[in-house]
Amino acid sequence: MKRSLERHRNILDFALSSLSRRKGKNLSLLAVYSLIVFIIASIVFFTQALKREAGLVLQDAPDLVVQRMVAGRHDPIPVAYAEKISAIRGVSEVKPRFWGYYYDAVTGANFTLVACDDPPPAAESIFIGSGVARTCRLSEGDFLPLRDLNGAPALFSVQEILPAASELVAADLIQMRGDDFRRLFDFPRGRATDLAVGAANQNELKTIAAKIVREFPDTRPILKSEMLRTYDAVFDWRSGMVLVVLAVAVLSFIIFAWDKATGLSAEERKEIGILKSIGWETGDVLLLKTWEGVVISLSAYFSGVILGYLHVFFFSASLFEHALKGWSVLYPEFRLTPVIDPYLLCVLFLLTVGPYVVATVVPSWLAATVDPDAAMRS
Amino acid sequence: MRKSTLFLTITSLNLIFCALLALHARICASGPGALRAPSRELVRRLKLTDLCLFTEARYTRNPAMADRHAPFQDHPMALEHFPTGSLVTPPSVHRETP
Repeated sequence: MKRSLERHRNILDFALSSLSRRKGKNLSLLAVYSLIVFIIASIVFFTQALKREAGLVLQDAPDLVVQRMVAGRHDPIPVAYAEKISAIRGVSEVKPRFWGYYYDAVTGANFTLVACDDPPPAAESIFIGSGVARTCRLSEGDFLPLRDLNGAPALFSVQEILPAASELVAADLIQMRGDDFRRLFDFPRGRATDLAVGAANQNELKTIAAKIVREFPDTRPILKSEMLRTYDAVFDWRSGMVLVVLAVAVLSFIIFAWDKATGLSAEERKEIGILKSIGWETGDVLLLKTWEGVVISLSAYFSGVILGYLHVFFFSASLFEHALKGWSVLYPEFRLTPVIDPYLLCVLFLLTVGPYVVATVVPSWLAATVDPDAAMRS
Repeated sequence: MRKSTLFLTITSLNLIFCALLALHARICASGPGALRAPSRELVRRLKLTDLCLFTEARYTRNPAMADRHAPFQDHPMALEHFPTGSLVTPPSVHRETP
């Protein structure tokens, strides 16, 4: 056992010396390899953490949201629907929601306006999200001018800035009184944006949704499970963003491994020939090349995973910011709660370390099986 | 020092560092959730349904609430206007038919 261990250590010593002889090439190889692992690991950490965060934060979202659809578009729903819906067995509460979007021409940002009287802001006062305060450079007591439906400016006093820790849900939020909301948008009386429905028993939600559709065929109920699944779908590996970045990283890795697998340099062939001629067995050469592959891939894997973790959870995934930001002016600044999924890390290990070691060993095996003299002359 | 000893030491340190990161993640996840509390409170109070991740278009700001026509608001063959719109599409395949 000890002898076998010593043999491996000797070969590892030789492998490290061999790698350090081609220091420039191998260091650049390690940098590219680490970068690929870093990108894939960052995506894995970021999407896992966001999915988990969405699941936890949206736990208290409405059980069911009922929208009215007209010609395939979302339309304000009559508040009178609420009475009939609350009469459905199993419904514990129905609350109309008043909310909408506001494009601010000065900053170019889109705000989400919500009317809520729990607790109500003072008349013509608003609570704003930290993102709004940052974008418009507002602090408590300042005034925010919003244009109403006729283009006339309405001044709202900033009563409170919502906590920075709530940016993930409220960065672009402006909360105002119901009266102010209706006046600003000239919102039709007796209508709401949609209805939030609560159910005493979560298992009855589907039945309640079916009854609502039967009673009001112009409505579209959205279950809480669908809201949560939306984020699973958005950050699933098959979704747009993840697929694009992942495909680029995986393709780079394939090109990189392919380049490695397609052949050895003349110097490496010569080295194998010399080793064979001084008495190394083919098995020893393969072990040497395996150790070379393990040294590079293990170092790249560890550095990529560690840097990916630090990037996502300590530097707020700043490299992904531009991809997520798009053209939006207002972007939330949030810190994600770290999540490590051992299964995904194992898959990443097998998909990066395994193919690279194989790609290193196979051409070496082909070179090691030829005559040493031919290998040295090639 | 032998090169193999140096490599094995660095690899062990990497492993220890990874274990520490896993411990950090576990501690953060099992914490009291104080960081998440203001968000949850707002979701409960204002009855919010979505995360504020992409604010450039209404169907990316509230993907759970978006109707299926929203990304193609000009006409069915219109090209997507917004960069995140091509990343975040309404997950129509997951819609439940009640």
